Amino acid sequence: MELTKQNRTGAVIFSDYKRGDAIKKIIKMSREDILFELKESKLKGRGGAGFPTSTKWMLTAASKSDGKFLVCNADEGEPGTFKDRVLLIEYPELVFDGMVVGGYTIGAEHGILYLRGEYEYLLKSLQDYLVRMREDNLLGDNILGKPGFNFDVSIFLGSGAYVCGEETALIESLEGHRGEPRNRPPYPISTGYLGKPTSVNNVETLCAVAHIVLKGGAWFSKVGTDKSTGSKLFSVSGDCAKPGVYELPWGTKVSELLELVGAEDTKAVQIGGASGVCIPKSQFNRTFAYEDVATGGSIMIFNESRNMLHVLKNFMEFFVDESCGQCTPCRIGNVKLLEGVEMIENGTYTFAHINKLKDLGKTMQVASKCGLGQSSPNPFISILENFNDEIFNSSIGGKHGK
Amino acid sequence: MLVVEKNALSEEIESYVNKYGEDRSALLMILHEIQNKHRHISEFAQQEVARLLNIHPVEVYSVISFFAFLNSNPKGRNLVRVCQTISCDIHGKAVVVHAIERELGIKVGETTKDNKFTLEYANCLGLCDMGPAMAINDQVFTKLTPEKAVELLSKVK
Repeated sequence: MELTKQNRTGAVIFSDYKRGDAIKKIIKMSREDILFELKESKLKGRGGAGFPTSTKWMLTAASKSDGKFLVCNADEGEPGTFKDRVLLIEYPELVFDGMVVGGYTIGAEHGILYLRGEYEYLLKSLQDYLVRMREDNLLGDNILGKPGFNFDVSIFLGSGAYVCGEETALIESLEGHRGEPRNRPPYPISTGYLGKPTSVNNVETLCAVAHIVLKGGAWFSKVGTDKSTGSKLFSVSGDCAKPGVYELPWGTKVSELLELVGAEDTKAVQIGGASGVCIPKSQFNRTFAYEDVATGGSIMIFNESRNMLHVLKNFMEFFVDESCGQCTPCRIGNVKLLEGVEMIENGTYTFAHINKLKDLGKTMQVASKCGLGQSSPNPFISILENFNDEIFNSSIGGKHGK
Repeated sequence: MLVVEKNALSEEIESYVNKYGEDRSALLMILHEIQNKHRHISEFAQQEVARLLNIHPVEVYSVISFFAFLNSNPKGRNLVRVCQTISCDIHGKAVVVHAIERELGIKVGETTKDNKFTLEYANCLGLCDMGPAMAINDQVFTKLTPEKAVELLSKVK
């Protein structure tokens, strides 16, 4: 695959930016100023959970400790998500400048980029980039001549585990353990990597931070809706003419996005990856926003020719594979849901059993330990409900006619 | 395993420990280096890592068994991983996999007799806009057709 930069335009992330701009700006700012700008921007975490970044950094900054860490979470394993790949290949200046800003704000001297193992081919170019930053004193000791402003970044390579995108599982694997999520509280903001306060931020969040400190929180919050400010990167794949990464303001309608990417004859859109929800045609007027359909940016489009039961089976196989096995609802639940899908496929199901499985899914949503098990029943529930007719009520085409 | 081989492996692991440190947090980087070089982490290597990091060998094994990219049994010289997640799936993953299976004469999960290839499925490689995709070792290839996939494999040494 070629690692080349494409021409991209967007309101925030893909707007003009030169390497080091944000760092040059922050050496004249105090921590409070930066936190104020972030608060005004109302930036929320872009990984999917949507926790306000200013709050996370304020709490981490307020924790007293002799060492703190800033972790950039580039373990994007969610099916259908590839925005971080694009950012790391084409916009490393935003990612690393954002990390330096974060380190300065929370008082961390060490930054760790947790790169997923599948992206090992990016490792060399990223390390070369860090060397160039150190040469220009954008990393290292006394950055840009500001005494006491020390920050450096190391890259940690993951080893192929979806659950390590969860922040406490990520920290466990950094520490050399199995990537099993921890009980929370305590949260990483007080007890994270090696027991020190740690802020774990998504790649896209850090990119937005670099722009916000440079151009102001008010500039950022002008884009998007009142509750969901700024823009979002959408990773669009599936049945459309122009798949790829798009930057659109929050508040964009699903139908607008479909038109933009040249999707025709669309039957269903899976929003938020395998752990997201699947919406049918009747809901295409909904908007992407934290208050309506929140998403980490994965958009998978399915046209009329696709068999939704097959899609669902693929998702459930994914979760059975990737469940870490630590807590029972997730470990057993996902297997049971997959069995249910296979029963429908073979025509050996009963509605009583399927309804039981839907209840089981709801139990998993509350009883699982981490986001994986809490969200893995989403496609099961949403696909069976929204595509009920196709799956159970086919008058033509045998077991699961289209 | 010969004594000289054991000694060489011990020395190699010691050099990794010197590079990454003796702390437990160095474990994954050390395992990664061993995996890259030997394509698996043998029982002896696990014991050596455990000894040098001062942890129990079972702890090392438990980490290896958790991660998809680490394995304790040897695999072929080249690892072929085809993305099986939905975006690649609907764009023709199955025909690509069948072509590779026919060409190599193995099924998914198996290794060729000459030990040259191991064929596996992978979960989302993050190349959903360019599917079907596969990785050969750490290089990725996109927009595969059955013919293109087989041609790529024929170029691998």
